[in-house]
Amino acid sequence: MQNSAISVIFQENNIKRLFEGLFVTAEIAFISIIIGSILGILIGLSRTTKSKAILFINRVYLEAFRIIPTLVWLFVFYFGVTTALNINLSGEVVSVIVFSLWGAAEMGDIVRGSLQSLPKHQIESGKALGLNYYQIYRYVLMPQAIRRMIPGTINLATRMIKTTSLVVLIGVIDVVKMGQQIIESSRFQFPTASFWIYGFIFFLYFIICYPLSKISKRLESKWNN
Amino acid sequence: MNIDWNFVVTNLPLYEKAAWLTLKLAIVGILLSLVIGLLCGIILYFKVRVLDKIVQAYIELSRNTPLLVQIFFLYFGLPKLGFKMGEATCAIIGLAFLGGSYMAEAFRSGVEAVSKTQIESGISIGLSNGQLIRYVIIPQAFSVSMPSISANCIFLLKETSVLGAISIMDLTNLTKDLIGMYYRTFESLSLLVLIYLIMILPLSFLMSWIERKVRYAEFGN
Amino acid sequence: MDKNNNPVLLEIQDVHKKYDEKEILKGINLSLHKGEVLVILGPSGCGKSTFLRCLNGLEKIQGGDIKFKEQSFTDKNADWQKIHERIGMVFQNYELFPHMTVIENILLGPLKVQKREKSEALAQAEQLLNKVGLLDRKDSYPRQLSGGQKQRIAIVRALCMNPEIILFDEVTASLDPEMVREVLDVILGLAKQGMTMVIVTHEMGFAQSVADRIIFMDEGKICEESGSKEFFTNPKTERAKHFLNIFQF
Repeated sequence: MQNSAISVIFQENNIKRLFEGLFVTAEIAFISIIIGSILGILIGLSRTTKSKAILFINRVYLEAFRIIPTLVWLFVFYFGVTTALNINLSGEVVSVIVFSLWGAAEMGDIVRGSLQSLPKHQIESGKALGLNYYQIYRYVLMPQAIRRMIPGTINLATRMIKTTSLVVLIGVIDVVKMGQQIIESSRFQFPTASFWIYGFIFFLYFIICYPLSKISKRLESKWNN
Repeated sequence: MNIDWNFVVTNLPLYEKAAWLTLKLAIVGILLSLVIGLLCGIILYFKVRVLDKIVQAYIELSRNTPLLVQIFFLYFGLPKLGFKMGEATCAIIGLAFLGGSYMAEAFRSGVEAVSKTQIESGISIGLSNGQLIRYVIIPQAFSVSMPSISANCIFLLKETSVLGAISIMDLTNLTKDLIGMYYRTFESLSLLVLIYLIMILPLSFLMSWIERKVRYAEFGN
Repeated sequence: MDKNNNPVLLEIQDVHKKYDEKEILKGINLSLHKGEVLVILGPSGCGKSTFLRCLNGLEKIQGGDIKFKEQSFTDKNADWQKIHERIGMVFQNYELFPHMTVIENILLGPLKVQKREKSEALAQAEQLLNKVGLLDRKDSYPRQLSGGQKQRIAIVRALCMNPEIILFDEVTASLDPEMVREVLDVILGLAKQGMTMVIVTHEMGFAQSVADRIIFMDEGKICEESGSKEFFTNPKTERAKHFLNIFQF
C-alpha cells in the first residue's frame, strides 16, 4: 500500500481541502438557488400578465440566458461589468450574481409553465362551488402548481450545481481549483495524482447530483399516476 | 464611450477562426452524440441484457457530472494510465460522452411514445420487425424526440465554451486572452456575445422549423 | 348463405387463453366458412375482443389450436407474415400511420410486404377509395380527416392486401353517432360481395342485418350460437335474453 496512487486522496488534509472547496461551490449554488427562486417566482407570476411589454422583456431576458453560454456571462460580469462600472468584484460575488439571474430566468419559466398547465375547468369548478378567487388560488391552484414545479426546480438545481464548476475559470477557489492545487503540490510524490483527484471530484459531483435527480424522477412518476 | 474599431477589425479574423473551430468541434460532437444516443436508445428499448445496465450506468454518470470535470479527467487524468490524447480529440470525446447520454434519453422517450396499437396495426398488415422499425417506429419516435434533440444540439454548442480550459482556442478562450492582452473588454465581449448570437439564433430557428415539419405525430382527437 | 358447400377457412379448436393467472378464454370451438359473416356479441369482459385478436395472432393462445386452412397457429414455424396478409384487421382507433398520407398508408402493405407492382397496387387503391367516396382525399394526412373518414380508409387499407378474412374490432365505438352509419354501410357492402368477416360490435341493428351467424359469448365461453334472425327474435339462453334486454328501453 506504500506509495499507492489512490492514497493521494487521503494524504494529510487533502480531503479537508477538497471539502473546503466543495463548500465554496455549495455556498455559491445554494445562495444563487435561493435568490433565483424568489426572483423567479415573482418573474413567473409576472408572466401571467397581459402586458405585452412585460412579456417581451421577460422573453428577451430568458432567451439571453438560454442562448449565451453561462461561462460567457461569467466573463461579461467579471471582466466587462467591473471595468465599465470601475468596481472590483470578487469571483464569488460575480458567480452569485450570474447564477441568481440565470436561476431566476429559468425559475420564472418553470413557474409560468406550471401555472399555464393547470386545467382551466378547475377554476370553473371552484367558482361553481362558491369559492372566491383567493380561495381558489390557495386551495385548488397553488398545491397543484407547486407539485408541477418541483421536478423542474430540482432539475434546475442539479444543473446549477454542475455549472458552478465553471467558477474556477474566473479565479474562485472551488473544489476543482483545490484539486488542481493538490495535484500540483503532489507532483513528485504522486505523479498519477491527476487521475485520482479528478476522478474523486467526478465522484463527488456524482454523489451530490445523482440522488437529486433520482428524487426528482420518483416524485414525477408518483405524481403523474 | 468610444469603440476601438481598429481593434475590432484587426482581431475579426481571429474570431472567425475561433468560430469555425467551435462549430467544427460542436458538429462532430453532435453527430457522435446522435450515433451513441441512437445505439443506447435501441439497447434500452429492446432491453438487451447486461448492455442495458451498462448504458443506464453510463447515462447516470455523464448526466450528473459537469463537462469541465469530465474533460479535465480525460485530458489530465487518463494520460497517467497511458491514454495520451490531443486537445481536439479530448474535446470531441468529452462532448460525445456528455451529449450521447442526453441524446439517448431523447431517443428512448421518443420510442416509448409510439403506442402499442400502432405497432399492432403494422403487424396486422404483415410488416416484418425490420419494416416495423423503419416505417412505423422511427418516423414517429423522431417526431416526438425532435424538441429534445434540438435542445441538446444547442446545449452542446454552448458547452464548447468550456473547452478553453484545455487550451482549445474557442471563442470564449480567445476573448479571455485578448482581454488579458489588450484590455479592450467592451469590444472583445461584445464581439463574443454577438458571434454566439449569430451562431445560435439561426440554429434555434432551424430546429423550430424542423420540429414543426415533423410534428405529424400529434393529431387532435 | 349455404355454408355447407363452402370451405372452412378458420378452424378454432378448444382455445384457451390466460392473462397472468386469469383465464380469459375457457375453451372456444368454432368454424368459419368462406363467405360467412360472424358477429360476436357479449357483455363487457366476456373475452370477445381478446378472442378476435387471437384470430390473427396478436394474442397468443395457451391451449387448443387455431388453423387457417391447413396452417396451424401453434406451429413453431408458422409463417406469420403470410397469415397477416391473408387475415386483415381493422381497429377501434383506426391506427392509420400519422406520418403518412392516405395513399401511402394504403400502399405500404401491398408494396413493401407483398412486393406488388406500384401501378397495379395504386390502381386498386384508387378504385377502393373511390368506392368509399374518398378518392379526393388520397393525399391528405390522417389528422386532416374525421373519424368516420379515417375508419373507412382503415378498411380500404385492409382490403388492399386482398385478404381472405377481415376482422373488425369494435370499429364504430370511437365514432361520433353521425359517422357510424357511413362506416357500417361500407361493411354491409363488403358482406354483399361475399367477403368473409368476423365482427365484434355493440351495434345491434347492424349486427342483425349483416350477420349470417351470431356468436354470443359470456365469461370466456360461447354461450349461444345461432343464425342472425333466430338469435334476435328467439334467443334460447337466459343470459342471451338478459343481454338483449339491455338494449331495449
